[in-house]
Amino acid sequence: MICVEILSIFAENKPGKLEKITEVLAKNDINILGFSIVSVKDFGVIKFLVDKPKLAYEKFKEGGFTVALLPALGIELKDRPGGLHEVVKIISSKGINIESALVYVAETRKKAYFVFEVEDLERAWEALKDEKVNFLKPSEFIKE
Amino acid sequence: METRFFNPKIEKLSPSELRVLQFKKLKTVLRRVYQKVPFYREKLKEAGINLSKIKTLSDLKELPFTTKEDLFVDYPFGLLAEPLEKVVRLHTSSGTTGKPKAIFFSKKDIWAQAELIARALVMTGSTSQDILQNSMTYGLFTGALVMHYGAELLGMLVIPAGPGNTERQIELMRTFGTTCVHMTPSYALYVATVIQGKGLKPGVDIKLKRAYLGAEPYSEETRRKIEEMLKVDVYNCYGLSEMGGPGVAFECQFKKGLHLWEDAFIAEIIDPKTGMPVKPGEVGELVLTTLNRTAMPLIRYRTRDLTYAFEEPCPCGRTHIKIARIIGRADDMFIVRGVNIFPQQIEAVLMGIKGVAQNYQIILEGLDEMIVKVEIDRDFFDGRIERLLKLRDEITEKLKAVIQVRPKVELVEPGTLPVSEGKAKRVIDRRTL
Repeated sequence: MICVEILSIFAENKPGKLEKITEVLAKNDINILGFSIVSVKDFGVIKFLVDKPKLAYEKFKEGGFTVALLPALGIELKDRPGGLHEVVKIISSKGINIESALVYVAETRKKAYFVFEVEDLERAWEALKDEKVNFLKPSEFIKE
Repeated sequence: METRFFNPKIEKLSPSELRVLQFKKLKTVLRRVYQKVPFYREKLKEAGINLSKIKTLSDLKELPFTTKEDLFVDYPFGLLAEPLEKVVRLHTSSGTTGKPKAIFFSKKDIWAQAELIARALVMTGSTSQDILQNSMTYGLFTGALVMHYGAELLGMLVIPAGPGNTERQIELMRTFGTTCVHMTPSYALYVATVIQGKGLKPGVDIKLKRAYLGAEPYSEETRRKIEEMLKVDVYNCYGLSEMGGPGVAFECQFKKGLHLWEDAFIAEIIDPKTGMPVKPGEVGELVLTTLNRTAMPLIRYRTRDLTYAFEEPCPCGRTHIKIARIIGRADDMFIVRGVNIFPQQIEAVLMGIKGVAQNYQIILEGLDEMIVKVEIDRDFFDGRIERLLKLRDEITEKLKAVIQVRPKVELVEPGTLPVSEGKAKRVIDRRTL
């Protein structure tokens, strides 16, 4: 399976919370490649795609954060109108429900990926692996 | 576990002999307070009580109650039944406002209470070979010193650690091979978490066998959690300063109810509203009369603690009445939208839900809104917000089912709610009613 790891951090909705989280990444020279924030009034989950996920996970643990590292799939987006629509259409045609997603624009700025989490990763991979799409490989961005 | 006794004769006295002993002691106490304590003399006279008319134990219920407020009438020395020169120790207990309750001990009182503790320690399997780390607050509070004297009377090695400084607590446990601890349940949970966090293995690195937990109410679930985390037997311990501190009632090896030492106290359970005895087995306020105390005897003292009595005899062979773990303090009770609620009810629900960590806080605000803040379990978090929302709904529904009020549940990060190293403050009332 070609998958990448996404960091999820539990955060209460309090001023300065995001600042504390990003500080951990900055201090440890970890680059954020993509992120998303889901918030439901009093709490939220912040998700990051980073270049050093294992290190980031350790550092967040050490800092007392509530953190999880979970696999996700990434599919390349065509840089043209309807690019995201095409990818989402393929995913939904397989009956796969996207739980959360973020976008990663590669360093070259020529490529972008739709990175998403699903409930059953195995099943999603089986359904998608033979599609004519490019999957995001960890080797394309991991620096650890 | 083998059943052992510190004072087998008294602990196994037949119920009828126990009643005879209680009545004999009651007569003496009543005579003494009538003669020596003007406050009681007035109170008894006012109630039209003629002591010669007290013929049986059940006549006790004709006597007036002593309330917390009564302790302040002739404050601070007015309730002494001994001259001050016979008094050797003062303990105080913080009141909610103003002056603290002042409780005095004679030499005899100190050792009588120590015996109750020694009995309790033996009852749970401790011997003079055990090492007790006493992590209650030494000082004005009775918790630490009374336990200290009792453990020494039994012959245990006592480490007077006091509360707090968790690093040092754990270091003491490791260095000296502590086998028993005495602390509050909330602190025990905290210490257990720190021990786990350090990767220490209870049973290997820390050789605790028993934890004596008291001074604040806790649930069966909390007991199980601490037992599991620390690999110990947790024994519930009940007492209050007014009754000489800890040791009033204590669990035996069977951990089903606390034996209340009836040679030292007469226990009644009453309806807090009417003052009349509740039906056997019903929940009510515990009322205690001291039978041994010489410096400061108290008659029918309203403890404000809610419990119920067990009917069936205990397999351990002790005849003294058993009471349930304290269900709540009549004073802890709060009312939301007309419903009586105890923090312990909330705790019991939370401890039974997977995904919830130890701490919680109840905030009452606005007109009559109840917010329950709950720490999530670090290991429960898997990055999915759906799972958190489901957990929040589960907590809300289960609380609603038990307390009849739908609270607003807020999930917070583990370790962010105040962990008290003493008595946990669980309810914050900011209502603007």
